[in-house]
Amino acid sequence: MERIKSIKQLQDLEATLAAARKSDRPVVTVCGGIGCTANGCQKLVAEFKKLISEKNLGDKVELLVTGCLGFCEMGPVVVVYPQKTFYKKVQVADAADILDSAISGKAVERLLYTDAEGKKIEKEDDIPFYKNQKRELTGILGVIDPESIESYLAAGGYQALAKVLSGMKPEDVINDIIKSGLRGRGGGGFPTGKKWESCRKAADKLGASKRYVICNADEGDPGAFMDEAVLQGNPHTVIEGMLIGAFAIGSDEGIVYVRNEYPLAIKSLSAALAQAREAGLLGKNILGTDFSFDIRINRGGGAFVCGESSALIASIEGFVGEPRAKHIHMAESGLNDKPTVLNNVETWANVPLIIKNGVAAFTAIGTGDVTENPWNGSKGTKIFSLAGKVNNTGLVEVPMGATLRDIIFGVGGGIKNGKKFKAVQTGGPSGGCIPEKYLDMPVDFDELSKVGSMMGSGGMVVLDEDSCMVDFAKYFVEFLCEESCGKCTTCREGLARLKEILTRITEGKGRADDLELIEAVCETLSQGSLCALGGSAANPVLSTLRHFREEYEAHIFQKKCPGKVCKKLIKFSINDNCTGCTVCAKNCPQNCISGARKEKHVIDSAKCIKCGVCKEVCKFGAVTVE
Amino acid sequence: MASYDTAKIDAILAKNEYAEANLLAILQDIQAAEGYLPRPALEHVAKSLGISIARIYSMATFYKAFSLKPRGKHICTVCMGTACHVRGAGRILDKIEENLKIKAGETTKDLLFTVERVNCVGACAMGPVVIMDGETIGNATANKINKVINDIKADSKKS
Repeated sequence: MERIKSIKQLQDLEATLAAARKSDRPVVTVCGGIGCTANGCQKLVAEFKKLISEKNLGDKVELLVTGCLGFCEMGPVVVVYPQKTFYKKVQVADAADILDSAISGKAVERLLYTDAEGKKIEKEDDIPFYKNQKRELTGILGVIDPESIESYLAAGGYQALAKVLSGMKPEDVINDIIKSGLRGRGGGGFPTGKKWESCRKAADKLGASKRYVICNADEGDPGAFMDEAVLQGNPHTVIEGMLIGAFAIGSDEGIVYVRNEYPLAIKSLSAALAQAREAGLLGKNILGTDFSFDIRINRGGGAFVCGESSALIASIEGFVGEPRAKHIHMAESGLNDKPTVLNNVETWANVPLIIKNGVAAFTAIGTGDVTENPWNGSKGTKIFSLAGKVNNTGLVEVPMGATLRDIIFGVGGGIKNGKKFKAVQTGGPSGGCIPEKYLDMPVDFDELSKVGSMMGSGGMVVLDEDSCMVDFAKYFVEFLCEESCGKCTTCREGLARLKEILTRITEGKGRADDLELIEAVCETLSQGSLCALGGSAANPVLSTLRHFREEYEAHIFQKKCPGKVCKKLIKFSINDNCTGCTVCAKNCPQNCISGARKEKHVIDSAKCIKCGVCKEVCKFGAVTVE
Repeated sequence: MASYDTAKIDAILAKNEYAEANLLAILQDIQAAEGYLPRPALEHVAKSLGISIARIYSMATFYKAFSLKPRGKHICTVCMGTACHVRGAGRILDKIEENLKIKAGETTKDLLFTVERVNCVGACAMGPVVIMDGETIGNATANKINKVINDIKADSKKS
């Protein structure tokens, strides 16, 4: 692409591109997000390409591979425009029919989404999963090609940057962001505009000419993939957000710190940076103004703690990612001891939206009233990654203040296999489990912390009745134990002791005073750790203890696991439903199931390792767990 | 040990401007080129950048992405993220470990397989997820993965 030399030229180009995009050709959109990739969408894309070239359909139909379309459960997903027909679980063999139908305009019945009542739904917008969302940030993922800057420009991209560079002062930009009430989407919920303001002020006072903006894309919370989806599917929006932030604080250098475990996102972002540079949207004298800014990528090394801002900075500087004390504010002394603003991917992605559509449009969505103070509410939307034992897993965007029920049942379609909801885990290893009685609680920064959890970056893992809360708490403690950087004794040792205690409880060796001991360790851990990750590391344990104390007690006193998960406390047996089909015996890795064909089988408990394979393979519900 | 060819390490160092601040990237590039961090390579980096080998060792052992031991020809990574965990990732890992007779983090004696755990690859909706040589396998089951492993084993015997 040729270098864009002025704001006027950018606007003209956008108009041309947008007009060119309104072609009469139907567009076959294939989701290229990580979920659909795991479901084999590349083979599907190859098939579409092959068919289009073989049948010479190039001028009749257009193929578009996008970022994440959100409905991962139904992947690979294909959407055909202009009708916006949604096709689920599309296989290679279906490609030909979809192409034919895209041209004829008549939908392929068998690939349509079927709702709970068995009704077929044709249009994406009518499917409950989409209908109940508000897709301010994720909607665009379905219409742009992540690897094409033209595609982003045609969809109105970089207009916010043009607006900023057409006469807004840095202070105006900061003011807009403060007034919008935008709060950090990485978990803490600190007002973004306030952060920028304090950095700009501190830097001006210090007379610092070097200032940094950083994008935290080290999405380390297991069970969260929002940032991956945004960065991979729409990298330019993150670049645009950082450009605006850099203009506001007066920075000329930006860094995206991205997890090495996200190769698709790194590829997409690298391509986008190169295009933006070529188009003159990054580099010296952007759009002919005296504003200069560029961005480079730093790949993470697979350490959870590097998601913590000061650890992340240590990592960029080439050291191990150990957090430092927060009495030195990053606004004054961050990366290389220079004033620094650090926001996460989703926060940056919200910035162009606010500037382009205006503060009022943003504050119209969400909770509270932020006209006086951005702390007084949660505005805009929030993206969640809905996963675990829920029917519609995927990427979900709802207005702040939507209830857990709206998200899990309205959008998520309820619990898998008709099981009962037990809890939802939000906020990853820093968050907690929320039980059924709080399902109608509005989800925003402040409400979630009231019940012992937190927004976190937006991972939402749903648990059903077959989950054991003690085991789940142990899972997080084991995770944190491995990921603790080891700097603070309370975190390093506290987590190791918690792991010990929880392990013995799940093995039926819990002691009568263990619960008090857990509480004491948790308190020390929260109080004595330097960084937020250590400070919140007790949350998964404390929240399960608070809401599911009876489950802990059952493990300790009755030596029973109500969720039937903890291996040492359960026993597999075969009931009278057994038809003697021998499938379980054939699959048992221990060869400890015996019985003649067509006769009831028996499990030898002494040899059983409780792997659960027999229960999985039995078609008659004959294997029971006690 | 045979003398180590430092030419490619020099190329990596040059690409990263011989800057200590780029140490993480330098180690990542070596890991990508060699599959692990060979000691002679690290000694060469220490000498070239004028930093201690201990400083490099601290980085190499802090970040999970690095291995100080040679890894297998095929890398099998089991996602142990929350979503995969609740959908039975642990059981799949058990079965893989049983099949290959190694634990996560180890490499088979014939250097054919390394089994690793990762804390989340972002494909949560498709959990449990296993990544075999860079290819993401969604809705994984122990049987599905062991079949892939057994196929690779059979292929390697043929050749």
